[in-house]
Order: sequence, then structure tokens, then C-alpha cells
Amino acid sequence: MSRTAPQPFPFSAIVGQDEMKRALVLTAIDPSIGGVLAFGDRGAGKSTAVRALAALLPPIQAVEGCPYNTATLDGDCPHCREHPPQTLVERPTPVVDLPLGATEDRVVGALDIERALTRGEKAFEPGLLARAHRGYLYIDEVNLLEDHLVDLLLDVAASGENVVEREGLSIRHAAKFVLVGSGNPEEGELRPQLLDRFGLSVEVSSPKDVSERVEVIRRRDAYDTDPETFLPPWRAADAELRQSILAARTRLTNVAVEDAALEDCARLCLALGSDGLRGELTLMRAARALAAFEGKAKVQRAELRAVAPSALRHRLRRDPLDEAGSSARVGRALEEVFGEARET
Amino acid sequence: MTDRGYDPWRAAKSALTLVAVDPIGLGGVWLRAQAGPARDRWRAALAPALAPLPVRRIATDVSEEQLSGGLDLAATLAAGRPVRDKGLLAEPVLLVLPMAERASAQLAARLGMALDDDAAALVALDEGAATDEAAPSALADRLAFQIDLDGLRHVDALPFTVDAEAVSAARDRLPDVKVADDAMKDLTVIAVRLGVDSLRAPILALRTAKAACALAGRTDVSEEDLALSAQLVLAPRALVVPDEDVGDDDTPAPDTPEENSAETDDQRSQDIPSEILLDAVKSALPPDVLDRLSHASTRANQSGAGHGASRRSAQRGRPLPSRRGRLDGRSRIDLTATLRAAAPWQPLRRQETPNAAQRVLVRGDDIRLRRREDRTDRLLVFAVDASGSTALARLAEAKGAVEILLANAYAKRDHVALIAFRGDTAETLLPPTRSLTRAKRCLSGLPGGGATPLAAGLQAALEQTETARRRGMSPSLILLTDGRANIALDGTADRSKAGEDAQRLGRVHAANGTSSIVIDASRRPQAPARDLAASLDAEYLPLPRADARGLSAAVTSAMSRSA
Repeated sequence: MSRTAPQPFPFSAIVGQDEMKRALVLTAIDPSIGGVLAFGDRGAGKSTAVRALAALLPPIQAVEGCPYNTATLDGDCPHCREHPPQTLVERPTPVVDLPLGATEDRVVGALDIERALTRGEKAFEPGLLARAHRGYLYIDEVNLLEDHLVDLLLDVAASGENVVEREGLSIRHAAKFVLVGSGNPEEGELRPQLLDRFGLSVEVSSPKDVSERVEVIRRRDAYDTDPETFLPPWRAADAELRQSILAARTRLTNVAVEDAALEDCARLCLALGSDGLRGELTLMRAARALAAFEGKAKVQRAELRAVAPSALRHRLRRDPLDEAGSSARVGRALEEVFGEARET
Repeated sequence: MTDRGYDPWRAAKSALTLVAVDPIGLGGVWLRAQAGPARDRWRAALAPALAPLPVRRIATDVSEEQLSGGLDLAATLAAGRPVRDKGLLAEPVLLVLPMAERASAQLAARLGMALDDDAAALVALDEGAATDEAAPSALADRLAFQIDLDGLRHVDALPFTVDAEAVSAARDRLPDVKVADDAMKDLTVIAVRLGVDSLRAPILALRTAKAACALAGRTDVSEEDLALSAQLVLAPRALVVPDEDVGDDDTPAPDTPEENSAETDDQRSQDIPSEILLDAVKSALPPDVLDRLSHASTRANQSGAGHGASRRSAQRGRPLPSRRGRLDGRSRIDLTATLRAAAPWQPLRRQETPNAAQRVLVRGDDIRLRRREDRTDRLLVFAVDASGSTALARLAEAKGAVEILLANAYAKRDHVALIAFRGDTAETLLPPTRSLTRAKRCLSGLPGGGATPLAAGLQAALEQTETARRRGMSPSLILLTDGRANIALDGTADRSKAGEDAQRLGRVHAANGTSSIVIDASRRPQAPARDLAASLDAEYLPLPRADARGLSAAVTSAMSRSA
């Protein structure tokens, strides 16, 4: 990928879009929440937010020179088996773009033609899935992704492992990543299987308030014309957010999820008729990550309320005859289950 | 043209000059024009104006490897050592994409990514003849200028060159150009009032104003620069005529929550942008803006893609890159691709099996299969009798069935279109779509009652199926009616002539090979609908008490039988 802009637009400088930003932060705190799907208007800043993510995320530790982002010196990957690892280095959390036109070889990896030709060796050249391990895989216009690539991603996302067999070689490496997709629903819907893979879904629209819109333009212009002045304060804000994410990660295991909260999750999913346990699990994890982020000791209804729309709206059974949008349906179920009474 | 104060040729020249000043920042130009002298002259001026930025032409079937680089297999094999192709996007470039209206959504997304990354600028040459053929809005949204040269007289389009010195001076001056905060506000407010939702529009407008300012030899953006930029960037995207009282009911402002416009009204009193700006915009509003508004209700053009009101989906019968697969008797092998895939491995395989007799060692892994894009694309055209004779309740059921079919269909990649006929005309309520969002919006306001212009309905369906076929889709027709036509094709209320017309059009459908289903919506199954089914060579389904779910189930099973 050509990247001529070395400094992405800072995450903290994105105006509005709170739901999307929160969803991305929550997955950074707890990657097991699953991916984020951002559906909405053109020019609302979906790609900007994802591309800003790379600069925001805390770095990861990985074996030096390992293309599979192996975490430990005793890790097992095709590279480390051949080249016993020496040192661990810090590298940025990978945020890998998957272009729509990518070939299967490019995604899963393929035999290295160059080495086959020059040295007569069979060597595996890792693909995008290897690069995205322990990080993020971003697909813009995910609803237009070709079916065979969707199948492949579903398969890898389910197993956390990428298996390639070519020319009698069999390669297997870990590929655990947070899938981030964006798209415009007017151009086609997403297959339910893929939809379900996304932990959180957010609806993005451009800000309606004129002063907010002006602020978007203002910041964009400042970023374009005078990055030296514009970037530092926002980079500092990003750094602060990064610290909060790291702190939340350490707190995560200590956040209590009491039976009452689990029951709330179950009742909410039941009220919405969303199939499968994935909804409940995601709801619980997202609420826990939010509680950790906010420094709370346990998950309460406030957190559930806050994340329920993101965690559940894409899992509703489709009822074309129900005119209400899915967000409204989640809202309705929240009122039903939690009642009018807010927590004190 | 000039009498409206807006001259498309002058706009085209300005756009080119401004893009030359800041190609990457402005994204580029979407030029809608038939091939001809005007377009040729414009293109001739392009490369010299943009120098030193290289201008490269790409085709709509450009591959990912060509764009981002890879191993050049042919050169590698010839040279016996790896030869890498850098790819078009390795360094900043201006890409020229002819026949942009045929660009697939995938290509649009890929180019959009390059534009976002500041890796390229783009000139999309749109030769779309029909109004529903246009460059994908994913691209149009990212390009500052949208210029329509159709209808321009050749004498008005004189050859021109861009003053290279002025451009180069402007490029140097551009980083120093300052813009007042009010100017940003003005452009934003105008964009909102034109119904342009995408935030890219005001950002591009701002950059355009700066380029114009630099070009004029100044460093403070003036009213004049803003006016030019509003005219060139914002006006072509307009979905609403500012200040003219177009009621909200028939103004499909993009993504239009009512509170939005109410809010805008509030803002109006506070931030009225200068009259000069607004006048500039108004003079440049495309003459068909009102026309587009009415179209927007059926096309549901979201987020201000402007001229790109229509969007083509990726469905054409063009060949796709072949991919690895197994020969199973149904698929066809792509021999060239297979040999290309096998080629690099020959030395290795020769080492492993030194005694092999074959000249070329091909393994199962090498097999590449041909694929066509239209392989799974099907269009279901619903033609629904909304006349008084078909009870009104039927209409609600038909609407429900379309939605259910659509909800079930998107996984199978089916598209759905909806035509309703009543009174003396047929209306395409829902152009082919796969989107439930759009379907719901279009279906909600379907009225009923009146006479039965069956033939008109069949004719509208014919247009849809033929268009679909041209795009490589395979269309099917689902006709929901009681078959009692009473309005002939020419609009006369003549029962027997109406019947004949319907029969005749039915036979045209049959001759086209469109598979059809006639759903008899009358209370008791009757001869007219059955006769119609016969002329259409269609499956006949009497469904006196069809409900939405029953209907969709019946259609699904009939379709799977006919497939």
C-alpha cells in the first residue's frame, strides 16, 4: 500500500462520531469483543476514524523480524521455527487495509515466486492475514467484498488460524484480528453470517449541526495546512486516551460481572429475539470493557444501556414488515426490560 | 448557456487549471461528456497542465497488481530473474479513467482508497448516455469537480492551454494561502442549504477556493475565490434549490431527518452567507436540479453525490479475474491464467520429478477458472396491479412480499425492482436494488385505485428486463394482477384492445426468454390472468388469499423450479 501521508488524522480530533469512536476504543480494550461494523453516509469520516486508529493504539511486543507478529520467544510460527527468535521488539499495532480487489493469494499468503525462481526454494510469503495478526483488519465497502473472500474471512475468524496448502507445503499460522468494516447500506447488504461476526455495529451519519460541521472543516483545514501546529495537542490527547486504554486493559479482569448483569444481558437478547449466544456474550464483554474504561468496579445497567445498541442492533431477526429501525427496536427492548426507572 | 451566467466550458477550463494547482488535494474531475472535440481538447490540455505529475490512463478492468504493483511475471520469466512492476500508485499520479460509468463498485472503492491516501488524483471520464448511467458515487464524492459538457456546442469549446507559469507560481504560493474562519462557515452553510450531506464537499470547496486564490496571485482567500469554488464544487452537487420554498415532503434532502431542516432554518437567520456567494451558486445550479429532485425520490440518492444521482451496481457480464479452483465439469478453465500460474514453478517441479515426460508440469493448484460477474445476479421485476379491480389489500401484500423477498434475496445476490400500474400509466417505484433500506423508502408511499393499464405495466417491465439483460443480469418477471386489462397502451379505455395489447407485450416478454410468473390476485381464479400467463409462457399461480409470506414462498418455490 502506498502511504504518502505519514501522519494520519488524529483520532481525538475527529468531531462527533462518539458511538464509532467508543466502539473502536472498546475493542482496543478487549479484542475478544470482536469487530466493528460502521455503516453510514459517505463523507462522514468512517475511514478517517479507522485510519487514525493505528496511531492511537498501544504498541505490541513481537519477535524481531517475524512477519506473523509472534508475541513470545517460544512462540510457534512458520518463521520462528526456521529462525529461532532472538529478541522481542515493540512495533505498532497493525492496522491492515484489505482492498476489495485483493486476490486470495494476497490475503492468505502464497508461495514466494521470487525465491522459487531465483533460488529454487519453496518459501511461504505471508499475506494480509498474517500481517493483521494481533491487530486490526480493515475492509472499506465491506458489503461489496466478493463472496469467496467473505467465506475465507469467516473461516479464519472462526478458527483464529490460517491454513494454506500449496505445492506440497502446508503452512499454518495464528491469525487473530479485529475485523473492522465500513460501508454504505444503500449499495447492498451484508451477508448475515458476516454481520454476526462483527461484535459491534455503529450507524454513522455526518453531523447535522452546522457549527459541528464547520468544526470538521476547520480541523481538516488546519491538519492540511499546518500540521506542525495542529498535530501536537491532538497527539497529546491521543496519548492520554492510549493511557486510559492501557489502564482499562489491566482493570478489565477485575471488573465484576454479577449474575444480575448476566441476567439482564440474557433478558435483553430474549426480548429482541436475537439468535445465538454471541449477542449476549458481546453485550457482556462490551459493557465490561466500558466499565473498565470508566473505572467502575462492576458492570451495571448504565453500561449495558450504553453499549446495547451497538452490540445488538445488527443481530435482530430481520422483520421487513416492522418499519422501525433496528436502533429503535433495541431502545424499545431496553425500556421493556429495564423499565423506565433509571439507576441511581 | 451563457445567458444563465454559467458556461460549462469555462467551468471545465477552470476546473482543469485548479486541479493543476493542487491535484492531490482536490482529488480531480468528474467529466461527463460524450467522446468528441470538446472532450478531446480538454484532455489535450490535461497532461501539460499537470506536469510534472504523471498522467496515466487506466481501464475499468485495471487489476490490483497494476495499481499497487507486484511481480511482472512475463518480464520475470523472460529475464530469468525477478522483475518487479512498481504499480501505478507507487508515486503520486493523475489517473484518467475513461468510461468511468462502467467502473465497478470494487474499482471505485479501490480508487477511493488511493484518493484518501493522497496517492493519486483522478479524472473520471463519464460517457454515460442514459441518466441512470453514471460514475459510482464513491468516486464522484471524492472529486472536487463535476462538469457536464453534454449539449455543449463545439464552437463554444475552443482549444486552450493552461498557463504553466501561472500554475507553477500558484503551486508555490498555495502553502501560504490563508482563509478566514467566516469563509469556512460560509461554504459549510451553503453546502447544507444545497442539501449536500457529505462533508467532503465543503472540504473540497475550501481547498478549491485556496487554489483559486493562489492562482489569482493573492494569499488571502477573497469573496471571489469562494464564489468560484461554490459554483464549481458545491452547485453541481445540489439536491435542493436554496431559498426557494420547496416543501420538505417532496424534498428528499439527503438522509433527511426532519429535525435537520428545522435546524437549518434556525441557522438561516444566524449565518446567512453573503448574497454574492448564494447568487454565484444559483447561477451555476444545473438546469435539471428540480428534475433531479423528483428523480431522487425513486433513486434515493443519498449523501449528495450530485450528478451521480444514479448509481450502477457492479453487475455487468464482464469477465472477472480468474481464480483458483477445481474443474468440476461445469466451470471453464482459463488456460492462459493456468499456464501463467504454472510457469514460475517449472524449475522447482523439474527438480522434484526429473524424469517427467511432460513439457509443462501442471498441478491441480495451478488450475484457474473463468468467472463471469453475472453468474449469480438475478433481477426480480415485480409488476403490481394497483388498480381498483385488484383489491387494495393486495397491494399491501405485494409490498410485504417484495420486502420479504428482498430480505431473503440479498444473500443470494438477487436484485428486486418494483413497478406499479394504475389509472393510465405504469410507474417504476423501485429501480433495481438489493438494498432493503431503499426498498422500504420507496414502497411506503405506494397508492392504489383506478383503472387497469396492464399493457403499460408490461411495457415498463419490458424496459427494466431489457436494461437488466444489457447489464448482464438475468431478469425474471413476477406479475401480480387479476388480468382484467381495461386501458390500452395508447391510453384509451377499450377493454378488448387493452387485452390485445397486454397479450402482445406478453409474447414479447416470452420471446425475450424472460421467465415469468403470473400471480392471479382475483378472488376466484379467472380466465384473463390464465390467458395472460399463457402468452407470457409463464407459470400461473392462483393465489386468491395470498398474504405477504405466502406470496414470497410461492415465488421462491416457482423460481427455484424454473431456475
